Amino acid sequence: MSDTAENYDQGEYNFAYLDEQTKRMIRRAILKGIAIPGYQVPFASREMPMPYGWGTGGVQVTAAILGKDDCLKMIDQGSDDTTNAVSLRGFFEKTAGIRTTYETSEATVIQTRHRIPEKDLTDDQVIVFQVPIPEPLRFLEPRETETRKMHALEDYGLMHVKLYEDIAKNGHIATTYAYPVKVNDRYVMDPSPTPKFDNPKIDEMAALQLYGAGREKRIYAIPPYTKVKSLDFEDYPFEVQKFDKPCALCGARNVYLDEVILDDRGGRMFVCSDSNFCEERRAAGHVGPMAADPAAVQIGGSSQEETAR
Amino acid sequence: MSLFQSDEPLLQVHNVTRYYGDRVGCSDVSFDLWPGEVLAIVGESGSGKTTLLNCLSTRLAPTAGAIEYRMRDGTMRNLYQLTEAERRLLMRTDWGFVHQNAADGLRMNVSAGANVGERLMAIGDRHYGNIRSTADDWLGRVEIDSDRIDDDPRSFSGGMRQRLQIARNLVTRPRLVFMDEPTGGLDVSVQARLLDLLRRLVSDLGLSVVIVTHDLAVARLLSHRIMVMRYGNVIEAGLTDQVLDDPREPYSQLLVSSILQV
Ligand SMILES: Nc1ncnc2c1ncn2[C@@H]1O[C@H](COP(=O)(O)OP(=O)(O)O)[C@@H](O)[C@H]1O
Ligand SMILES: [Mg+2]
Ligand SMILES: [Zn+2]
Repeated sequence: MSDTAENYDQGEYNFAYLDEQTKRMIRRAILKGIAIPGYQVPFASREMPMPYGWGTGGVQVTAAILGKDDCLKMIDQGSDDTTNAVSLRGFFEKTAGIRTTYETSEATVIQTRHRIPEKDLTDDQVIVFQVPIPEPLRFLEPRETETRKMHALEDYGLMHVKLYEDIAKNGHIATTYAYPVKVNDRYVMDPSPTPKFDNPKIDEMAALQLYGAGREKRIYAIPPYTKVKSLDFEDYPFEVQKFDKPCALCGARNVYLDEVILDDRGGRMFVCSDSNFCEERRAAGHVGPMAADPAAVQIGGSSQEETAR
Repeated sequence: MSLFQSDEPLLQVHNVTRYYGDRVGCSDVSFDLWPGEVLAIVGESGSGKTTLLNCLSTRLAPTAGAIEYRMRDGTMRNLYQLTEAERRLLMRTDWGFVHQNAADGLRMNVSAGANVGERLMAIGDRHYGNIRSTADDWLGRVEIDSDRIDDDPRSFSGGMRQRLQIARNLVTRPRLVFMDEPTGGLDVSVQARLLDLLRRLVSDLGLSVVIVTHDLAVARLLSHRIMVMRYGNVIEAGLTDQVLDDPREPYSQLLVSSILQV
């Protein structure tokens, strides 16, 4: 968070689009969020040159923390080259002139929608999440005054009512995205619409996690190495999704896979949702069961385009 | 009162008054409620019954007066000096509140089982199987079939909803239950069944109850003691049978005679 204030000629963007006053306001919200892990800090969300739902919360957080030496990775559903990822990356290239990358380990700041890279993040990285609905209690308690009180009093029985319903209706906890967690034994938090597969990654994560919800005007954070527990029942413990096959292209196991349609005759395969991870593995010589199929490689290379949204 | 085991009241109400602006909701009400006692508050519409009940149950702060409650540890506490956390815990463990309109007391969009289990989860129960079997047991006690446990109350009849609301309140074994016209709005035959069930539960569980009703028949069937309200004031109070058989106040006499004519 180096000072990015600078004199600009008229007509030019301020560094990373936002003016310094706004960035300071957002940084204060971020610092408060870090001080109270999992607590939703209200902030004065600004109009951004993109509609709500297109990552305005994440963009504002990223804009507020970027320095000139940062290297940014922008992913959407695990992929660096979906339309959204491309346009948001372009936004920061244009307004901040900073370096960008596809490589997880090269990035200092990673902004994401829906996924966390498979490669472990380090304590000199920051991951910024785009959040649509920050309030995990919303679905059963629509009143904001009441949900605030529930957080203040650590009154979280309702979260388990939701999980109870899941089991009663489906025989197991069917929530697979935005799976609620308790942060640092205190605040219940919605880890954004990431698949629950990624929940174990945010537990004791080395990198700083920042969450921005633009429309709802909330920022929250998880500092490095913080305990994050996925809510569950004693007799229905939290479990991540399991994939019975490895990635069709790189052979990786225990990673999150996306289904990719190969043709109109029902042909399909499962490949890494983290496209950069998959490419690096293939470059390093790992092969999956369909790696020799040119059509699969062709489609798999741009697969995330198809599964996005 | 020798009628009840304990010689220490559960609830002590001192001069409770509630204004809405300069309109009187209820005025200068005082009484003691004893463990295991059922007190009916009767009176016609607008007489202040709901206002008083809401003051007692910490849902509406009185303008003046004090209410003390004997906590499970035996200490007497001023209800309006509890912290919000203490108050919530009290309301969801040691107390119940049965609304006239079941939708106000239920979560209409979650299953019957979750409605009953919610309090258990709120106080930290984290074993799905136990929560479910406890919910199932309580559904049985309020005469709801086990096979409705996963249905949500939108599909229930009025009487079933009310019974579900009762189960949801009783699952933590509260000592004190507030009820506001619990049989209001139900068909007569449904009312009779609900009253019968309530009477049984209250006596089996040894509950203390404050029940608001404009229906003297309900008061007669359920309550030991009765308070008659008019224009926000308690105008007559005593043992239910005595007040109903031999009302002293002209207004109470009028209320009783109007019932007998029907
Ligand atoms: N929220 C309110 N605002 C203003 N006046 C109220 C309100 N609630 C009740 N009152 C008035 O207080 C008096 C007692 O009402 P209430 O306690 O609802 O009586 P009951 O339950 O016996 O019908 C009535 O005159 C009523 O109009
Ligand atoms: Mg009323
Ligand atoms: Zn792969």
